Amino acid sequence: MASPESAVNGPTMTAGAASKSLRNAFGGVIAFIILVLIGVLAFSIRLFSVIKYESVIHEFDPYFNYRVTQFLSKNGIYDFWNWFDDRTWYPLGRVIGGTVYPGLTLTAGTIWKVVNSLNIPLSVETVCVFTAPIFSAFASWAAYLLTKEVKGPGAGLTAAALLAMVPSYISRSVAGSYDNEAVAIFALVFTFYLYIKTLNTGSLFYATLNALAYFYMVCSWGGYTFIINLIPMHVLLCIVTGRYSSRLYIAYAPLVVLGTLLASLVPVVGFNAVLTSEHFASFLVFIIIHVVALAYYIKGILSPKMFKVAVTLVVSVGLAVCCAVIAILIAVVASSPTKGWSGRSLTLLDPTYASKYIPIIASVSEHQPPTWPSYFMDINVLAFLVPAGIIACFMPLTDSSSFVILYIVTSVYFSGVMVRLMLVLAPAACILSGIALSEAFNVLTRSIKFQLPGIAGNPSIASEENGSSTVVAPNDIPKTEEAAKEKPAKKNRKKEKENVEKKPTPSKTEKRLLVLPLEASVIAVLLLVLLGAFYVVHCVWAAAEAYSAPSIVLTSHSNDGGLHVFDDFREAYSWLSHNTDVDDKVASWWDYGYQTTAMANRTVLVDNNTWNNTHIATVGTAMSSPEKQAWEIFHSLDVKYVLVVFGGVVGYPSDDINKFLWMVRIGGGVFPHIKEPDYLRDGQYRIDAQATPTMLNCLMYKLSYFRFVETDGKGFDRVRRTEIGKKHFKLTHFEEVFTTHHWMVRIYKLKPQRNRIRGKTKKSKSSRSVSSKRDVRGKRNPWH
Amino acid sequence: NEQLAIPQLRQSSYRHETPPTNPSRRCLHLGYFGGKRLHKISWSAPKPSPLTRSAPMAKLAIFFTLTLSLLPFLSHSFSPDTPTDRRILVLLDDFSLKSSHSIFFTSLKSRGFDLDFKLADDPKLSLQRYGQYLYDGLILFAPSVERFGGALDVAAVLDFVDSGHDLIVAADTTASDLIKSVATECGVDFDEDPSAMVIDHQGYAVSDVDGDHTLIAADELIRSDVILGKTKIEAPVLFKGIAHSLNAANTLALKVLSGSPSAYSANPSAKLSSPPSLTGSAISLVSVVQARNNARIMISGSLDLFSNRYMKSSVQKAGSPSKYEKSGNEQFVTEVSKWLFHERGHLKAGNLRHLKVGETGEPAMYRIKDDLEFYVDIFEWSGNSWEPYVADDVQVQFYMMSPYVLKTLSTDKKGLYHTSFKVPDVYGVFQFKVEYQKLGYTSLSLSKQIPVRPFRHNEYERFIPTAFPYYGASFTTMAGFFIFSVVYLYNK
Repeated sequence: MASPESAVNGPTMTAGAASKSLRNAFGGVIAFIILVLIGVLAFSIRLFSVIKYESVIHEFDPYFNYRVTQFLSKNGIYDFWNWFDDRTWYPLGRVIGGTVYPGLTLTAGTIWKVVNSLNIPLSVETVCVFTAPIFSAFASWAAYLLTKEVKGPGAGLTAAALLAMVPSYISRSVAGSYDNEAVAIFALVFTFYLYIKTLNTGSLFYATLNALAYFYMVCSWGGYTFIINLIPMHVLLCIVTGRYSSRLYIAYAPLVVLGTLLASLVPVVGFNAVLTSEHFASFLVFIIIHVVALAYYIKGILSPKMFKVAVTLVVSVGLAVCCAVIAILIAVVASSPTKGWSGRSLTLLDPTYASKYIPIIASVSEHQPPTWPSYFMDINVLAFLVPAGIIACFMPLTDSSSFVILYIVTSVYFSGVMVRLMLVLAPAACILSGIALSEAFNVLTRSIKFQLPGIAGNPSIASEENGSSTVVAPNDIPKTEEAAKEKPAKKNRKKEKENVEKKPTPSKTEKRLLVLPLEASVIAVLLLVLLGAFYVVHCVWAAAEAYSAPSIVLTSHSNDGGLHVFDDFREAYSWLSHNTDVDDKVASWWDYGYQTTAMANRTVLVDNNTWNNTHIATVGTAMSSPEKQAWEIFHSLDVKYVLVVFGGVVGYPSDDINKFLWMVRIGGGVFPHIKEPDYLRDGQYRIDAQATPTMLNCLMYKLSYFRFVETDGKGFDRVRRTEIGKKHFKLTHFEEVFTTHHWMVRIYKLKPQRNRIRGKTKKSKSSRSVSSKRDVRGKRNPWH
Repeated sequence: NEQLAIPQLRQSSYRHETPPTNPSRRCLHLGYFGGKRLHKISWSAPKPSPLTRSAPMAKLAIFFTLTLSLLPFLSHSFSPDTPTDRRILVLLDDFSLKSSHSIFFTSLKSRGFDLDFKLADDPKLSLQRYGQYLYDGLILFAPSVERFGGALDVAAVLDFVDSGHDLIVAADTTASDLIKSVATECGVDFDEDPSAMVIDHQGYAVSDVDGDHTLIAADELIRSDVILGKTKIEAPVLFKGIAHSLNAANTLALKVLSGSPSAYSANPSAKLSSPPSLTGSAISLVSVVQARNNARIMISGSLDLFSNRYMKSSVQKAGSPSKYEKSGNEQFVTEVSKWLFHERGHLKAGNLRHLKVGETGEPAMYRIKDDLEFYVDIFEWSGNSWEPYVADDVQVQFYMMSPYVLKTLSTDKKGLYHTSFKVPDVYGVFQFKVEYQKLGYTSLSLSKQIPVRPFRHNEYERFIPTAFPYYGASFTTMAGFFIFSVVYLYNK
């Protein structure tokens, strides 16, 4: 980290013009090499998962993206656009083309196609696995560009290096984590860069590029609403603080017009781009900026006296228009049931909204608020550097640095609402930390440099300080010079354009304050390097240990240091794909929907795209009903198999029993005969002897704990750390067909309807079918 | 732990091995579509011996389809060419019944059935050998047997039914718990009082001695041509035996011969101390059950109903002027047995097919608002051959959680049913469903899954007339802006 600073800052202090240009070129080359290395670092730090495990797709959503990419690479883009998937959400189906953010898929599909047309025979899966690491390298470079626009290349390189290995981003972009966020973070940072670039240059070219980058972001991730709200906020901030300029107009107006037009081309967004509240802020600011622009224009062409008249006119007309628009907005918003906001967005504004009203959003772990340890885990020392970065952005406050401040403030708030949005915070934290580190190194190394005996004379420090400020000041003032490429000069030039008269005084005081004693500087530099080293160590640890597990393959270390692999999920899915009919329907909780369709190629009722709450509630109701009712629900939906995930044998905590409260809540939210209190004893879900009869008789309990007592003779659940309440029972409407090695996935089949209906009197008990008897006998317990 | 677990895993994956079957026989019968016991008949072309695939890989569906369709054939059940092949096991209390009920047995033999008489406690009794059933039907004329001989027990009888075979159970006042439990498992509850009989002081049969009115001239027959034949049974049916009742919720069981409103079930030789539990038309004298796999069961509260004596005797119902020379028993028993042994009322349906209007070949997917045609073949077994089934009440559903389209099919009287309709404006995974449940007939339940997709992006109307003002507006704006730019830039 230290090296870019010295490399780039070195030329700043040189006097000779010839050696300066040489050093500039030298610095440029070094910066380029460093950027390449940062890219390599960003890519390779994400390969731990491939090295430690294997080259597989991770988790849940990536499996869907992978399946879509396969479809795209096989059938082409038009079939993908019009894809109606009949293998999921049975029997409703899902229009994949119109409900998916296609950016990631199209990106990976394009990469695959290009690579294959170059006769490099990579499989789709390989491309998908490595898309995220590639794009995190791009994201680092985008962070460099953005920070360079704000605070110069030194800060840019630091920020890029920090972003390359920030754990928060690694968690979503390790090799195999083929999710929207993988490309979206790059798109996000790059869009911001182009916005700042446009703001700094006032170039319509960059404005157009900005709209295109925004389009890519819209294609990639629902988080694009963050952009379309943050940029208007910044524009508003600039206008309010009297920083309106034609560059601001050029940066903003084309973005809104082109961006909205382009956004509405994405099928999943469509008319939402003009209909939902998330986008209204941008339109409002669009109107305001025009009013302001008009005001500035009129001010320019009118005499002050006439202008006063015009102001009253414009203000009154503007107020009227604004009132009308606001009235229309309020009317439109009020007419929609959720006030025009989607549930996820309302959760952002009111963190308690989801838990109160939408269990399906609250149930997702990544929608929970984060804890402080997760901040420390995910951004580590950056959390401490960010405040310093904010301070650095305030001196001097420019359009671009105010944008960065706004970015960090909003993203800190949003990350506090949802763990998932920590990902938006990470780039901001990296940029600000980069600025902070870079400024700190800047100051410290300069202090060292001016006090080193060889370079400057030996007068007192105080006089040296004065000297330094006088040396720097002349450097800044002739801004028309060619040498203006260097960081401070450039910064000053920007600033100068707006308010020339302010500049010399702050820079002078700033420079005078910033020279520190030599020993303190050396120690501080060492400490900062140490801090950076800790960060690197933490990041590598996080990448290697915490975030590399693919979650479909689990490992545990046994006491003697051996590694034990739990590959039950793939075992179960491959059983399904080999032993069931192609058109059979498999019911499971929605978490496993994507994996079942992608890995087992079987039709599922619900999956991780939670678009139909009622359908999910139906499955939740079935899972929380007694066997007979559950059988009826499943039978009416043509379900053949039921899959449950059970961790009680090996202590896998995220199993269906632990998710059961959400099944009850979501099911009860739609079907009121499921009442949560029936499952609670003393306000808790229990499965031990204290459990309620409803709980002990519900399908989920029975399917999870069927024959469980045979494992250890007591029925001790290792997740809940208790003995189960009901140990010996038989299934009447379901039969067990498969249980994986570690009992983590259990698959049951719906028994066919009884051939005969028995009479009333119960005399014999021979109606059980012979085959199920054989199953019970034949199945031997693996744990004895 | 790990090593122990491996056999468990294997076992589970091999559990769905297909059972070994005789390959030659399979080949013989595979070509023939549809078994009589099929719920869902797939009319796909004969599969090229799927059983020869490696066993663990065999798909479940193939396993089920084949087992379901093969089992009847392997047991010589219902070959269309030689219905006389059918073998029926008759279990008797003693062999005297063979002569006392000979009219019934003779009529069966004359219709081509191969009867095998055995005593109910014969120690060598067995319904199946090497996993295959030896018989296609079972007649239990042994009301008093407490235990079957040999390998036969209640579970074996029920498995026999559950694998699609037919059963006649005749009880008596001496009915044992065994017989009653067989009946209970089939959904028929005999009166629990062991000494009770059906008594009817109004509908008894007039006889020489004025008895206790337990010989009943029953004429409350089910109105079904399928079960009782086209010729009306004029004479009352003589019945003497015990009553049973059916659960109203049991949709599978039917009262063929029910008691008159004045009938009740009680001990005729004892005084009635409390109201009888079974009275009036809740009493069923003879019931039939058609199981979900279309196995048919007849349960009679009287063994004498089948006897030569009752069949031949003349009958006059009390209070009725008409006297019949011959009771209705013979006709009743013959007709019901015809239905029971699938000589009547047995339908098969298949060849479900659909196509888009104007196209040939079945599409894999429809689009909303497509017009489609739907065909299905339905035939009825006439005893000798498959005849076209003609009815005007067969319906097809276009079904996704609920029927979106419900159409009555029209027939060409050659077994082909047809209709056409427009796919609703809803996309999803639909099913063509033919659910045909008609009194006495085997139930047909066919379905075929078909996805319906929304419009593709280029299938929408391209230029909507109502949008012309908007098109005009945008183009004039563009033109205006262009002119404005030119004027503004180049005109001082």
